[in-house]
Amino acid sequence: MLAYALKRLGLAILVALFVSAVAFALLRLSGDPALAIAGDGAREADIELVRKTYGLDRPLAVQYLDWLATMLKGDLGQSLYFKTDVWGLVAGKLPVTFIIGGLAILFALALSIPLGVLAAVFAGTWLDRAALVIAVVGQALPTFFFALVLMMLFSINLRWLPVSGSDTWAHFVMPTIALGYYVTPPIMRLVRAGMIEVLGSDYIRTARAKGLSGTSVVLKHGLRNAVVPVVALSAVQLGYLLGGSIVIETVFALDGLGYLAFQSITHKDFPVTQAVLLLLALIYVLLTLAADLLNAFLDPRIRVA
Amino acid sequence: MDGTITKPAAATPAPLPAETALPRPPTVLQRVVSHPGLVAGLVLLGLCVGMALLAPLASPHDPYEQSLGQGLIPPVWYEKGSWAHPLGTDNLGRDYLSRVLYGARISLLIGVSVMLISGLIGTVLGLVAGYFGGRTDLVVSFVITARLAMPVVLVALAVVAMIGGSLLVVILTLGLLKWDRFAVVMRSATMQVRALDYVAAAEAAGAGRLRVLAGEILPNVFPHLIVVATVEAGSAILLEAALSFLGLGVQPPLPSWGLMIAEAKSFMFFSFWLIAMPGTALAALVLGVNLVGDGLRDVFAPEGRA
Repeated sequence: MLAYALKRLGLAILVALFVSAVAFALLRLSGDPALAIAGDGAREADIELVRKTYGLDRPLAVQYLDWLATMLKGDLGQSLYFKTDVWGLVAGKLPVTFIIGGLAILFALALSIPLGVLAAVFAGTWLDRAALVIAVVGQALPTFFFALVLMMLFSINLRWLPVSGSDTWAHFVMPTIALGYYVTPPIMRLVRAGMIEVLGSDYIRTARAKGLSGTSVVLKHGLRNAVVPVVALSAVQLGYLLGGSIVIETVFALDGLGYLAFQSITHKDFPVTQAVLLLLALIYVLLTLAADLLNAFLDPRIRVA
Repeated sequence: MDGTITKPAAATPAPLPAETALPRPPTVLQRVVSHPGLVAGLVLLGLCVGMALLAPLASPHDPYEQSLGQGLIPPVWYEKGSWAHPLGTDNLGRDYLSRVLYGARISLLIGVSVMLISGLIGTVLGLVAGYFGGRTDLVVSFVITARLAMPVVLVALAVVAMIGGSLLVVILTLGLLKWDRFAVVMRSATMQVRALDYVAAAEAAGAGRLRVLAGEILPNVFPHLIVVATVEAGSAILLEAALSFLGLGVQPPLPSWGLMIAEAKSFMFFSFWLIAMPGTALAALVLGVNLVGDGLRDVFAPEGRA
């Protein structure tokens, strides 16, 4: 287990480093940062001075290593648009995004696990078909369109929920549904497929033969085994959620990381874009690492492979 | 693809003795027709393709022609609607039916071209990793993992913002980003096929690596490729719509469905149909594409679904 964990950790660190290099290169290609810092209408001499002061005249590799070193010290630089410390800015937006991401994945699990189990137990019946329709529609519905439909229905027509903002819990209801429904289909399909496989296995037949009740067999023996791969998928989906929250946060004007990312992109505030990209990548890497380790812990066969 | 799929059905014409005769395995066409999801998907997809092809004939007006006095006319089934504009007009007085019809062209173009670019990259990476294994596989798997760690929406938004939004930029950006699932699926499918006897036979017969990859492995992982390709085309269409909706995708005055929803957002409280039409069209197209993908997976591997 330890050897596997170390190997997996090494890979995670390599991926994080690789992504940081890509983020650096990508945002460096976005145009001359000296020009962006100096502002519009700056004279050639001013731009040259900025280049010298910020060390932008050095080779790219040196600049990257320097940037990486300052970043590892916790210094993400200054925002060009908001004129504040990037780390403070980003840290202030994290809670909102974590709340939406967490609520959305809980919503997705609360919907997909019961539906997946029901679809598997009643495979081939109308219940199975209804669950399939929910999944298929969820995969085809554009999140931003679904969000606008929810807004129209619950905020404008029924007046139950506030249109946008992130001040109260009521503000999080529609974003949670819009984002959660988006990741429900893959989880539900996995639960259904896993349950069908498990329910056909020998130990379930043994459990039934022992005279255990149907519910007990399905939930205690079946679900417990079918749920193992769901852990890994949920972690991956949570990563997708954080990416997808850019769209949803912008639609609902939720003051989180996604909205900040969108603002930084439209204002060409590259230190902030870089920081958000790195942070989201880091969260994804940590999530998949945690999921892999948890899976290896739950299923010893994985550790060997 | 045809050769590998129809072979089992075509190989049974010789009548077997009566007592051992098995029911003829259904042909591909029979399997397609008896799959309701696949039929529904093909109908939806066919409708959208028809809209795209017939847009110049079926459109009552030029989708770009503005007439400011004619803005925000509701669809014909509302009291103030008229048959001159069956789906009404947008705030600039452009005929909405024409714009929705032409919008199908943009979405289909995006779906197909992104699928081709990302499919080419992902298939090559997956085939190479799965066939050669070892260090090659390690490198490719690492690149896949790193790519997955970066959220597509964020990277695409940043790239489009720096280069400037246009149809071509969106296609190239998404094409260069969305190869991950192709690579993952092709890699594992190639690994399975690689271990089979006919690959070993081809190698023993002296076939070169390229010949084995292109002649033996690729045709046999093709069903997987088709399934991933449809699903990815659907997801590319949704991504373009999201980018255009955020203003960092296809630019006005092109009638992209995502862009049309963005343009109609300020009028949504009074004229929700301006959002509902392109939104429904988008959902219907992606639903069709996904149903076809799901259906093809069942048709190719009927034993895969319990």
